Amino acid sequence: MQSSQAEQVLRSLFLRGQGGDEQAYKAFLQGMSRHLRAYLSRRLFGWPDDVEDLVQECLLAMHNQRHTYDSDQPLTAWVHAIARYKMIDLLRAKSVREALHDPLDDADELFAASDGEARDAQRDLHTLLETLPERQRLPILHTKLEGLSVAEAAQRTGMSESAVKVNVHRGLKALAARLRGGDAS
Amino acid sequence: MKTDDLISMLATGVQPVPRRAASRRLGWALALGLAAALAIMWTEYGVRKDLVQALFWPMLWVKLLYPFAIGCAAYVLVQRLARPGAKVGLSWVGIGTPVLLVWALAAVAWFGASPDERMHLLMGETWRSCAFSIALMALPVFVAALVALRSLAPTRPAWAGAAAGLLAGAAGATVYALHCPEMTAPFLGVWYLLGMLIPVAVGAAVGPRLLRW
Repeated sequence: MQSSQAEQVLRSLFLRGQGGDEQAYKAFLQGMSRHLRAYLSRRLFGWPDDVEDLVQECLLAMHNQRHTYDSDQPLTAWVHAIARYKMIDLLRAKSVREALHDPLDDADELFAASDGEARDAQRDLHTLLETLPERQRLPILHTKLEGLSVAEAAQRTGMSESAVKVNVHRGLKALAARLRGGDAS
Repeated sequence: MKTDDLISMLATGVQPVPRRAASRRLGWALALGLAAALAIMWTEYGVRKDLVQALFWPMLWVKLLYPFAIGCAAYVLVQRLARPGAKVGLSWVGIGTPVLLVWALAAVAWFGASPDERMHLLMGETWRSCAFSIALMALPVFVAALVALRSLAPTRPAWAGAAAGLLAGAAGATVYALHCPEMTAPFLGVWYLLGMLIPVAVGAAVGPRLLRW
């Protein structure tokens, strides 16, 4: 698939996801994960073990920050900036500064290749999920893993519906913070 | 967890995202911060006594519009820096132009004045406190803008912090102008600018630490 075609397809899926369409959003994330995998493994060829972790980190970051996408903007630019930011973060943590100077880096490249073969991630999200406080873990468990509606989760946990939504959001952000190995805020 | 499981988890029960959610957060930050800055000015400093009369003097409008124009450009800049991959574009021009215009006015005033008046044009009566007062009035918008930015995704955190500082500094200077008795362009070109640059420097310094995501 051509980059421009991928942009079109993924963007329309993503925008439907922004409207709350689960199936479209899932298809977007799946397509995205393949592009990210291809893109990141080309750049992290020295650390193949880190690729899948970083793919997951990027997907979680995109999910948590999806409100920052402006629909006038090309999706490629948004995704590329996030992937690059997360990759630089990782490389900085590895203190490999020379790898930051990559003259061949170009946003269009991101959608040019696709890789569907997922290796195992080193970090286990389930285990990380266990480390979240109850008030964040339970709403995520109910609405995102057991597939309950927000109303049902609210009933189950005794929280208000908006508290469930807020805690899901906060929990996923905390998860992202733990993934990058930073603070747990 | 396999990536496919993560994807199912993220997609399950995904909530619709309100349109313009990101720009609204910064808008609220500015509105709340501005209200707090006005309250500080009102209670701690007081509006200048001849404000109604001063509204008929062009220099008062220069003094208000100069930071106001910078603030508008900084607002656009912060909005863009808060979003991954958004182009910063020409917002810089909107920041530089008001400064250059005030410097041009300052040069005219400076060279038109006799040498013994010049120091007074530049220093006025309040040069010691001006920059710090502006920085103090910038504080509410500064804090609010950083809180808003923490819920957004700046990929260049030092720049985003600096832009938030500029927005805050410009808002603070606009509010302070309602109190400030100074009426000369050289004063604005130096002390107002310095006041606005204090939060810029602080923002650039704290950005990388506070705005990580």
